[in-house]
Amino acid sequence: MLGIRLYMAQRLSAMVMGPLVLGHLAVMIYAIQGGLSSAEILGRTKGSIPWFLFYGAFVLAVSVHAAIGLRVILHEVTGLKDRLLEVFTWGAMALLIMTGARAVLAVTLL
Amino acid sequence: MRYTGFRERANRCAVSGNEKTMDVSVWRGSGDEGAYESFQVPAQDNQTVLDVVSYIQQELDPSLTYRYACRVGMCGSCAMMVNGQPRWTCRTHVKKVLNGDRLTVGPLRNLPVIRDLAADMDPFFEKWIRAGGVHKPGRSRDDAIQQVRPEDPGRVEANKAIECINCAVCYAACDTVAGNPDYLGPAALQRAWTLYNDVKVTDRAAVLASVTGPGGCTNCHSQGSCTRFCPNELDPLSSIAGLKRAAARSFFGGKS
Ligand code: HEM
Ligand code: SF4
Ligand code: SF4
Ligand code: FES
Repeated sequence: MLGIRLYMAQRLSAMVMGPLVLGHLAVMIYAIQGGLSSAEILGRTKGSIPWFLFYGAFVLAVSVHAAIGLRVILHEVTGLKDRLLEVFTWGAMALLIMTGARAVLAVTLL
Repeated sequence: MRYTGFRERANRCAVSGNEKTMDVSVWRGSGDEGAYESFQVPAQDNQTVLDVVSYIQQELDPSLTYRYACRVGMCGSCAMMVNGQPRWTCRTHVKKVLNGDRLTVGPLRNLPVIRDLAADMDPFFEKWIRAGGVHKPGRSRDDAIQQVRPEDPGRVEANKAIECINCAVCYAACDTVAGNPDYLGPAALQRAWTLYNDVKVTDRAAVLASVTGPGGCTNCHSQGSCTRFCPNELDPLSSIAGLKRAAARSFFGGKS
């Protein structure tokens, strides 16, 4: 149930996430040296276009990647296919993008 | 009535003297219906699982249905599930797989059952064909015979899998086949990789196209049960990885 296009979309989005995960971890470790409050974090992320792009890309990549991954698992475990499987894939992607976008906007909008 | 004579004779022989016996559970039934039936079979110093199945059919119950031909690991027709794992029974020694004094023998996993231990291989071979595993000649009889250099990298790669005996052991071992009935499976995909590397095959793009659809190589999870269980020590996992790389290259417009 995974043709070449979905396969490539999943692997490429995983490749995008690789460096983003490392960047996220590195900044976390750097930022909490000597203690850090949420107000301080928000002070840096609010209104920051780079952080918006960084976490926005993360959300898009994980939404594509995880929706396709869940599609594979759902098909293999339940046998769901055709229209319903498409609806699930796109629905899962939309849900992840919406919840992710909400979180990104909450910390980066002024 | 005909069968009871066999059974009595065999049971007598099995329990006579202090001969050791094994408790062998054998799948009986057709289609989705059936159950394991237990037989007492004399233990020998040297015997294969196929010997045990043949003993049951010849001495205890002539109606037992199973399949074999060559008995030497060439024809690929004798594969069964032995203690839950797929094996070529003609070359599997009982000693290697015996669990205490118990042996369980069933039809190959992931295939319909015709009867008892004989699985229906049709889906396996249909997928072989769907994966492009039929020779499409690029030359006619009027052309000169194509020279193939054994040391060509493509030939070396193609040679790796030509000893496949179509036994479907890898197919039975593959959890992706179990979950996704459209998945072409390790043997057919490995065959496609062989053809893809064969200089005698002219349309490599067509080979790739037949294995990159919804049931194709991109569905493999790379867990490698196929390679672990292949009795000929072939490596479908790596063949499929090769197909995935080729598919990714051609996705970006690279040459196939
Ligand atoms: C750097 C981060 C990540 C990388 C490199 C990565 C890589 C991969 C790869 C290569 C697969 C294919 C496995 C297979 O076909 O057997 C996969 C599957 C999957 N991934 Fe990720 N992934 C990452 C992060 C995530 C995240 C954050 C999620 C969920 C929120 C996720 C959810 C899934 C799911 C559900 C599958 C399907 C499992 C399967 O096909 O076996 N992944 N991932
Ligand atoms: S590596 Fe791929 S083909 Fe081999 S058993 Fe696993 S899923 Fe099946
Ligand atoms: S690859 Fe190995 S296990 Fe699979 S059919 Fe060929 S010989 Fe049998
Ligand atoms: S009987 Fe031919 S491979 Fe086992």
